[in-house]
Amino acid sequence: MHADEKFTYETWPAAPEKSTLESKNKFLGFWFFLGGETVLFASLFATYLALKDKVPSSSHPLAKDLFELPLTFVATMLLLTSSLTSVYAMYHMKNFAFKKMMVWLGLTALLGAGFLGLEVYEFTHYVHEGHTFTSSAFGSAFYTLVGFHGGHVAFGLLWCLTLMFRNSKRGLDLYNAPKFYVFSLYWHFIDVVWVFIFTVVYLMGMVG
Amino acid sequence: MANQQLNSGNPRVDIEYRRRKNAEEMKYQLVSFALMIFLTLIAFAAVYIKGFTSWFTVPFIILLAVVQVIFQLYYFMHMSHKGHEAPSLFLYSGVLVGAITILAFSTIIWW
Repeated sequence: MHADEKFTYETWPAAPEKSTLESKNKFLGFWFFLGGETVLFASLFATYLALKDKVPSSSHPLAKDLFELPLTFVATMLLLTSSLTSVYAMYHMKNFAFKKMMVWLGLTALLGAGFLGLEVYEFTHYVHEGHTFTSSAFGSAFYTLVGFHGGHVAFGLLWCLTLMFRNSKRGLDLYNAPKFYVFSLYWHFIDVVWVFIFTVVYLMGMVG
Repeated sequence: MANQQLNSGNPRVDIEYRRRKNAEEMKYQLVSFALMIFLTLIAFAAVYIKGFTSWFTVPFIILLAVVQVIFQLYYFMHMSHKGHEAPSLFLYSGVLVGAITILAFSTIIWW
């Protein structure tokens, strides 16, 4: 099978994300990258855990003064749902339903943008309360960890929109199917990291 | 064939089979999404209801997070499918290094 071959619903392979040599390599390479990302985020989590609530004086806000459950809950639901919408996109990709895949990818991007908006609001709110990147070791560790995740969401958003724009008139083939698939892996991985952020940073921060 | 294209000689039969298989997988993914939402709700509730000690709540919500991430990895990211031996090796190597880092950083400080 070739990357530029034209397909129909009948001839579309069962595993379009791994049907060419290039896409097999892409699949393997991307998982290798995700292994590295795991180490990156683990070291940021480790730093955060070591520096949590380490502030120079008692006038600085601590985790339990800053975090609020409702905001974190809404952000979590947005990102979790966007993980499901990208599952739907890949379901339609496997069934060679290009338009439906694009609709679900669009929804994924929309939910991701909503999450990012909430995070920007949250950060500005904290800055007004005196919790900044340079105010304390706690602040530095917090913004590095959560900001790196937010940066990943922003990158994923650009990635998704670029893929949609670039392939809007192309339809599905074995050249772009692996690209969509790898994006969906990335997006799920962002959600994996967020599960630990809402648990370790926000929920554990509120527990004390 | 390497791409696991199934071939019975009758394309209609193959399409029906694959369509059904994809739909079945989608069903599993919907179930795992429902479970993930459910686990998230329990974790938030455990913190919202202020009746428990942190000695219970912290390990409990971390366990819920781990279970939820397993669903995400094995169903949403298809690690339960065949041909994911190398991805498992990469991911678990990352988890191992990460776990050692977290252990080192959280034992080097005064709590």
